[in-house]
Amino acid sequence: MSLDLSVQIGSLTLKNPLIAASGCFGYGVEYAETVDLASLGGIAVKGLFLAEREGHPPPRIVETPAGMLNAIGLQGIGVHRFVADKLPELRARGATVIVNVCGTTIDEYVEVARVLSDHEGVGAIELNISCPNIKEGGITFGCSLTGTFDVVSAVRRVTRLPVIPKLTPNVTDVASFAHAAEDAGADAVSLVNTFLAMVIDVETRRPKISNVVGGLSGPAIRPIAVRMVYECRQVVKIPILGMGGIAVARDALEFMIAGASAVQVGTANFVDPFIWSKLLAGIREYMERHRLTRIRDLVGTLDTAHTLSEKSDA
Amino acid sequence: MPVDVAAVVIANHPLSADYNVLALSAPAIAEAAAPGQFVMIKAGRGHDPLLRRPFSVFEVLRDERGTPTGISLLNKRIGTSTGLVYDASPGQRVDCLGPLGRPFSVIEPPSEAWMVAGGVGLAPFAALAESLRRRRVQSVLFYGARSGSELFYLETFRGLGVELVLTTDDGSLGERGRVVAPLERRLAKRPAGEPLMIYACGPEGMLAATAKTAARYGRSCQVSVERIMGCGLGGCYSCVVPMRNEDGRPHHVRSCLAGPVLAADQIVWD
Repeated sequence: MSLDLSVQIGSLTLKNPLIAASGCFGYGVEYAETVDLASLGGIAVKGLFLAEREGHPPPRIVETPAGMLNAIGLQGIGVHRFVADKLPELRARGATVIVNVCGTTIDEYVEVARVLSDHEGVGAIELNISCPNIKEGGITFGCSLTGTFDVVSAVRRVTRLPVIPKLTPNVTDVASFAHAAEDAGADAVSLVNTFLAMVIDVETRRPKISNVVGGLSGPAIRPIAVRMVYECRQVVKIPILGMGGIAVARDALEFMIAGASAVQVGTANFVDPFIWSKLLAGIREYMERHRLTRIRDLVGTLDTAHTLSEKSDA
Repeated sequence: MPVDVAAVVIANHPLSADYNVLALSAPAIAEAAAPGQFVMIKAGRGHDPLLRRPFSVFEVLRDERGTPTGISLLNKRIGTSTGLVYDASPGQRVDCLGPLGRPFSVIEPPSEAWMVAGGVGLAPFAALAESLRRRRVQSVLFYGARSGSELFYLETFRGLGVELVLTTDDGSLGERGRVVAPLERRLAKRPAGEPLMIYACGPEGMLAATAKTAARYGRSCQVSVERIMGCGLGGCYSCVVPMRNEDGRPHHVRSCLAGPVLAADQIVWD
């Protein structure tokens, strides 16, 4: 059976629906020895501001039940060094590059997007309006409907690249933010970023990460993320890049059935850097078993008229 | 290039109520590993604990013909993952990704090697001592712990021709006090013209004191740092160490890629 795993995100074609999530895969080049970068649907590289940033002091992560908290603070090399030092290797290796764009002001988002639009090899722009770990910019736009609209429409005006705002789950109604992004001209939305969370050492009464609070990711958040993708699917027509705790192929399929056209994998890549071929094999196996020739035909096919019996999800 | 193997536990040697040495069958990793490199271990199945833990390669295990067959890890039980490594049973499989990171840089005679270890900081030194012996480098191990019952593998190091200088907090074995004290006395006696490399691994305070002492006597010092690591491959940016840039400014460097072995004089010790 010939299987078509390709998916379309605006003008960008992904050869399969698996994307390395931003902040979890460095700039991609770090994994060139372990993974064939061209075999991934896409690589969302670490968030970039105009200038370099040092991020927060360690400790920056702490493990939680079936998850982890991070507050890295968007340490990064800045967009100019990225296009000079990293992008050429990503291009040479055939990677489909999605650049996660950060800003403390709308002007900074626009300027980073402009720089990226001038370079061959960038496939799309993911707008980071959802990092919970920095005080200025970012999530302040992502937690306001007008802020979301303003950032997306400003970037939309300066680039022909697909624009994909990445939404925070730390709001009451994430679907309204997806809607605002769509209205502003976004080509897709990605969700969810991490859940704001906290871990305390009870012996010392100190927070376990230097930033006090951080973002929760990993399998623990998956059911909430799936619900949020499902809610957004009801409201917007643009593609959704779903993520949150995907660890095996079945998790990725769950997001797609809920309405995601593609999925991003982050924390699970830390546990198993060789996860990508396993996820792809699992998706192919599912497609064959369900006589599905095109993966895009699975997207949003949730059957809410019936609920599964306890035994059927074998 | 690192590999991920479901390594079979060959043996688990308990050393105390907290410490053990776990021997793993992992020929590909054993063959590629250089002293100072590390592996990422997932000792449990399922999502809790979720992440792997970094461990220095303690020994490279070999068969009777000298062919590398596996590695061992020196472990101290602190939390859930190290508890699983402490309790691992022979025959059980443990996911082992490696070898990772930058190893110790090697030296040749007439330079001497002085290793400085505190507690579980002994972890990278059996493999280094073996490599030094093959190069016929004179070596000394300055090794400190809370008490004599936590000074391990002394016969192994003696067997590798390593001179031991031991310290304990309680004075139960060797000199009472910090391991840096005898290191400093010995440094003061060594003529400047006789070359030397210092290798250190242990608690942060001990590393900082060793780095400062080495710098005071104008000696090169490589430290193996231990940081909370999410991935070991440069993806997560959790394991950073503040180091001086070329322009002298502090800069967060990923210890999984640039280290775990770092030049002591470039780290910003606070």
